[in-house]
Parts: sequence; structure tokens; C-alpha cells
Amino acid sequence: MPILSIKNLTMAFGGLAALTNINITVEKDELVGLIGPNGAGKTTIFNLLTGIYTPTQGVIEYQQNGSTRTINKLKPHVISSLGIARTFQNIRLFKDLTVLDNIRISIHKNVNYGVMPAFFKLPRVYSEEREILGKSNEILEIFGLESKKYELAKNLPYGEQRRLEIARALATNPSLLLLDEPAAGMNPNETSMLTDLIKWIWKEYGLTILLIEHDMSVVMKICERIYVLDYGMLIAEGTPEEIRTNKRVIQAYLGGELQNDA
Amino acid sequence: MEQLLQQLVNGLSLGSIYALISLGYTMVYGIIRLINFAHGDIYMIGAYVGYVCMRHLKLGFFESLIISMVFCALLGILIEKIAYKPLRNSARITALITAIGVSLFLEYSTMAVATATVRTYPADVLINKTFSPIKGVIVNIQQVYIFIITIALMLLLQFIVHKTRIGKAMRAVSADKDAARMMGINVDNTISYTFAIGSALAGAAGVLVGIYYNTINPLMGMLPGLKAFVAAVFGGIGIIPGAFIGGLTIGIIETMVSGYVSSLYKDAVAFAMLILILLVKPSGLLGKNIREKV
Amino acid sequence: MKDTIKRLLQYTASVVLLYALIQLLIFAGIINEYYQVTLAMICINIILAVSLNLITGFTGQFSLGHAGFMSIGAYTCALMTLRVGGLFSFILGILLGAILAAMVGFIIGMPTLRLKGDYLAIATLGFAEIIRIILLNLDFTGGARGLADIPRYTNWTWLYIFTVICIVVTVNFIKSSHGRVCISIREDEIAAETLGINITRYKVLSFVIGAFFAGIAGALYASYFYYIKPGLFGFLKSIDILVIVVLGGMGSITGSILASIFLAVISTYLQAFAEFRMIIYAVILVIIMIFRPQGLMGTKEFKPEQVEKRIKERNNR
Repeated sequence: MPILSIKNLTMAFGGLAALTNINITVEKDELVGLIGPNGAGKTTIFNLLTGIYTPTQGVIEYQQNGSTRTINKLKPHVISSLGIARTFQNIRLFKDLTVLDNIRISIHKNVNYGVMPAFFKLPRVYSEEREILGKSNEILEIFGLESKKYELAKNLPYGEQRRLEIARALATNPSLLLLDEPAAGMNPNETSMLTDLIKWIWKEYGLTILLIEHDMSVVMKICERIYVLDYGMLIAEGTPEEIRTNKRVIQAYLGGELQNDA
Repeated sequence: MEQLLQQLVNGLSLGSIYALISLGYTMVYGIIRLINFAHGDIYMIGAYVGYVCMRHLKLGFFESLIISMVFCALLGILIEKIAYKPLRNSARITALITAIGVSLFLEYSTMAVATATVRTYPADVLINKTFSPIKGVIVNIQQVYIFIITIALMLLLQFIVHKTRIGKAMRAVSADKDAARMMGINVDNTISYTFAIGSALAGAAGVLVGIYYNTINPLMGMLPGLKAFVAAVFGGIGIIPGAFIGGLTIGIIETMVSGYVSSLYKDAVAFAMLILILLVKPSGLLGKNIREKV
Repeated sequence: MKDTIKRLLQYTASVVLLYALIQLLIFAGIINEYYQVTLAMICINIILAVSLNLITGFTGQFSLGHAGFMSIGAYTCALMTLRVGGLFSFILGILLGAILAAMVGFIIGMPTLRLKGDYLAIATLGFAEIIRIILLNLDFTGGARGLADIPRYTNWTWLYIFTVICIVVTVNFIKSSHGRVCISIREDEIAAETLGINITRYKVLSFVIGAFFAGIAGALYASYFYYIKPGLFGFLKSIDILVIVVLGGMGSITGSILASIFLAVISTYLQAFAEFRMIIYAVILVIIMIFRPQGLMGTKEFKPEQVEKRIKERNNR
């Protein structure tokens, strides 16, 4: 039973088709990669999965606790509550808030006290806030950010910002995690640490992960299966080994690289 | 039927004035994404300059119109250089609040200089005669003047924007400021030109309204300014023909409402329309939807 | 826990002390009738600014219609005290005015808060103008002449009570998980949404809370100044409130409080030059925006504990 199935997905902006007839399935507990040259439509798929865009055509099905739901018409916050979390290619932290607040905000949906108790700061607010704090500290510790919890997110070094964004996504307690180029802009050392971290949270939290990545070393190292996207169309699917030798993929990437150089 | 036609004639004159103000709004918004709140007050200043020219300097209509337009153009450039230019890279809200500040400054400075008293334009600057093209419908020659001048200025503007180098630069800067700069366009000058042209149009509107309604006062720019903005949004902000259509539409609806419902509600109608447009089609009548890039 | 209780007691004590001190000065005649007007303006402005700050500074929703909500509170309380009379009608008028303002806030907020930035600003401005025009056209609100001879029940005690309630409730809210969510919407709507936050709900919530307190401010105003008319609650009044918030710093409650005091004192001294007052206002506004767009305080708060700590640190050196 797949946790996520994307069926015949098409997305057009104005008259321009960004994605054409995409079919992707992700099984529970899988770690799947999504690769492709710049502008292939990878991030658009994430935006469709998280409800930021509504697809022009096609269906997205998400399976949770044995029941399947069509999620392509739901709002982002509803989708998040179903257990899909994501990071962003261009890091969208709450930059002017502290590291701790970034995490606390994403635990908000577990908060039980209402607005009225908040106004008057009733005792239950204190006790629940303590709980939130404990949970946040736990997550920050795992990601090695505990010592920086009172710093503003924007003051963290780049690599730690990326890590914080993953931590923040994890704090929503997802079953499916979508990572959009988590290693972008990192040096080889940071990248390899991040790769280990992703692998670790994947196992530890029993997550299913869909990963967009440019860095082939990351994708080849941790992904079980890979989808390749080019010009809004799927051109290949398979294990890292199969993808490495796939002619169309090589062509797409060489073409892509030539364009990049020009 | 006759009443309807009569209201239509009145609506077209009022709408022409809104359209002239609205054009400046739309141009400035198109180029620097700023709701220039002070624009309505430039129109007020235009009316005062016209007043001084006609009352005190005893100049004729066209001389006064041109002097007022030039004065407002310079004022527009000055305001942009002093107040808006330092804020070009800051948050849009910051710029909007600044614009409100400039607006208050113009209103109350005028009040300090010219006092709050209502001034009256001389009644004989333009031929003040009426004729009746259809039985029961009365048209003042002044109304014809207003309409023709508006159309002429609007065509001139279209010509500038689409056929001249400055216009091309404006369109380039409005599409992408940085790319335009890299192509060797002087962005600062282009923005200055935009303010100059927009403000000149507002100045013209000020003189026309002085002629049409006779009375002017330091706070006269506030409501028409807001309504002209509504007109710009209605037509699709940043789009010149849109502002023109929007201005005429609001003018006509307003006169219809004061004619058929109650003149007390005419101001509410413009705002109700604005809210309706924003909710139904925020991009306006001729606008395209743009979504935020994620 | 002990620390929390200790701090709570300290705050309560200083709040009571400030009240008693000013009450004493009023009794002694040091704060005369003339300065009491300034005092009332300070309190009313604090309520207005803090509540607008919640909407604009903390939740990031730019509103140019705060005076509209104020007018609803003002008219409700004025009509209550004029028609029914008595202290009871005053209190009921305040509450009813606040609730009505909150309801209108909800009705306006639901559709408009989908809009962003300056479009939202214009839409709220439009709604406030519509409220004003309706008040202008209704019979029982007295049309353009407004309502006169409103009994005065508002005094220092009531002003102080409601100002403190407004500040405490707003601060508690901001410090709670709900408040943090509002701030996250200001920071990045899309990120907040993907973290499971129903942004519309929280935008409307902060709008409703803000409108509620603006209603209270209006009610206090009506019952202090005897006389209200629609013209008092126009676009300029909304700008007035916005100037306080911006001057103090969007996202700083203490900033709003300081700015309210500062501007009320200035305008008391500039009373004689009403026109120049507006010019000076305008110039201040533009200068702040150019040189210090984050306002006096930015998003920082002034905390007595920090001052204490600084002094201690200096002494230890």
C-alpha cells in the first residue's frame, strides 16, 4: 500500500505546462529521490503536494492509518495536519525569531489551551507551555542546536539554518517528509554530515522521505529509488544503479550542464 | 431616460477628472509598487496653482493649465527625490506610511499658507454656456472641454509610453528594475519622469475641477485621491487604459447613485466597489493574476 | 515557580502604586483639569495603539481602518448612556460596544484578510469609510451633527483599569502559543501554513481582538469628551493611531505605550498651533520612516528586569 500516489498530475501556469502527466508512487518507509535539471518542475511537485498550488489536472492520494484521502484540493494547513511536512529550497525560517520559537511554533497544533486561557494566563497555560518547551528542547538537542536556542534564526550559519528547517518540519510530527535540496550550498563535509542525519531521522522516526537534490553523491548514497524529471516530464525511474546508467538521464543532465555553462 | 442621459453626461465629466488622477496613481504603482497617497494632494496643489494663475496673475485657461502641470511635475519629482528615493529598497509598508506622511504635509502646509478657507475660481475663464443636444439633456461647454482635454492627455500619455524612448525605459523599469539598470537604463531618471508625468496629469485634473466645481480647499484631494486609487485598482493597477476606464466607471456610478439613491451614499459606493473588486478579481478588470513564487 | 509568583506580585504592586500616585496628584490638584484631558488621551491612545499593534505589528496585517472600530464602541456607549443612563449603562455600553466592534471586525476580517500588504490597507480603509458614511446617514446616530451631551462616566479609575486590562491581555496573548503563531504569520505566511497553521483563523482572531479593544477605547472616549460625530473617526484618526504604532515600533508593546505618552504630551504643547501640529506630525512620520523605519523600539520591549541586570553588571565591574 503506497503512502503517496500521484496520478496523471499536470500543472499549467497560464498556458505554460510546468508538469505534464506525472505519476509517482512512494511506499511507506521508503526514501525516494527526485532529481532533474534546473527548472524541471521538482519544486512545483512539492508545492502541489503541500497545497500551495492546486493542480490543473490529476489526483494526489495520501494514505494515513489505513484510509486513503485525496489531498490535491486541501489547504496547506490541513495537509500538514495529515502528516506531510516539508522544507524549502530557499530556506523559509522565521528569520527574526529565535531558534526555539521556530520550533515552538511548529508544535502549536498540539496545544490544547484555548484563546481565553491565554488572555488571562491561567495555570494550565503555564503547564502546557512547559511541556512545549520540553519537547522543543528535545528536538533541538537531537539536531545539535540546543546551545543556540536563544539566537535569532537569521544569525545561524547557513548549514545550521538548513538543519533548523528540517528540525522544524520534524516538530510537526509528520509521517511523510519532503526535503527540497537540503544540501544546497553546503560544503562536502557538511553535506556528508547532513546525509548521515537524514538517514538517521529516517530510521529513528519511521519516516517516509521524498527528497529533491542536486548533489548526486547524496542522492546516490541514501535513496532507495529515484525519479528523474526533465522539462516537466518523468523520464526515468529506478534504483540509483539503474539511473546512473540510464541514457536519457545522462543526456538530460549533460544538456542541462551545457546550458548552465552558456 | 433623459435623466439617465443627463447623469451620464455629468458622470463622464466627473469620471474624466478621476481618470486623470488615476493615471498618475497607476503609473507610479506600476513602476515602484507604491500607493502614492500624496497623489491626491498634488491634484489639490494643481488646483491652487491654477487659482493663483487665473485670479492673481489674470492668465488665461490654457496658460494656467500648463503652468499648473509644470509646477506639479516639478513637485512630483521633488517629493520622489526627498521622501521616496531613500526608501526604494525598504518594505512597501514603510513607503506607504511615508506617502501618507507626505500627503499630510502637503495638506497642512497648504492650509498654513492659504488658510482653510474655500476659494472660488473665476467663473468666466472658460465659456460657461450650455446647450442641449437632446431634449431634456443639458451639456455645459466646460464639460465638453474637460472630456476632450482628458482624452487628449490620455492619448498623449499612450503615445509617450509606447512610442518614445522614455516610455520604453518606463516599461522596462516597471518589468524588472535590475535588468533595466543592467541594460544601461538610468532607473533614477526614469522614475523621476514617471512622477513628473503622473503629477502633471494630476495638476491638470486640479485645474479642471476648479473650473468645473468652482470651489477648492486644502483637503479637497483626500477623497478624490482615494477614489482615483479605487479607479486604478478597478481597471487593473499599472495598466494605463485600465485607469482610464476605471475613472470613467467610478464617475458614472457615483453620479448615478447620487442621482437615483442619495448623494450621501455616493462616497460609500466607491469603497464598496473597491472591496468587491479586491475580493472578486484583485488584479482588476484588465489585469493578469500573478502568484507569489515559492 | 517561586520566581513567577514573585514577579507577578512585583508587577501588581507597581500597577497599583502608579494608580494611587496619579489619583493622589489629581486630588491634590497638581494634575489639573487641563492635564487630565492629556491623561485621558494617553490612556485611550495606548488602548488604540496596543490593539492596532497586535494586528499590524505582531500579525503583520496592515490596517488603515482602526478608527472605524473605535467609532462603533463610541456610538454604542454614547447611545446606551444617553438612552438608559446610570453607571450600569456605561459599563454595559463599553462591553456592548467592544463586542459589536469585535463582531464587525469579524465580518470585515473574514473576506479582506485574504488580501495582502497595501491592498489590505486600502480595503480596511474602505470599510472604515463605509462605517463612517453609514453613521453619517443613520437617524439615531444624529447624522453629521453626531451625539452631544453624553454623560461623563469615564474618569481616571476607569481609564486606568481598561488600559491595564488591554495591555495585560494583549501581552499574555502575544506570549502564548497563539500569539507566537500570529507572529509567525507576519514572518512568513507560506512557511506558517505548511507547519499546519490555519493562517486565516489567526489573522481574523487578531483582527477581532484588536477591534474589541478599539471599541473599548471609543466607548471611553465618548463618555469622556461629551460629544462625538462621524468626522472624528475618519481616515485621519486611523492614521493618528498608526503613527503611534509606527513611532513606537511595530511589534513592541512598550514602544506603543511610550509613543502614546510622547505624542499626547507633544500635542498638548502644540494645541495652540493645530495646523502646525499636523505638519510636524507629517514631518516626524516621514523622517522616522526614512531614518528609523523600525520605530523607537523596533520589536524590542523595555523590561525593568533588564535595567536591573545592567545596573548589577555595572556595579560588579
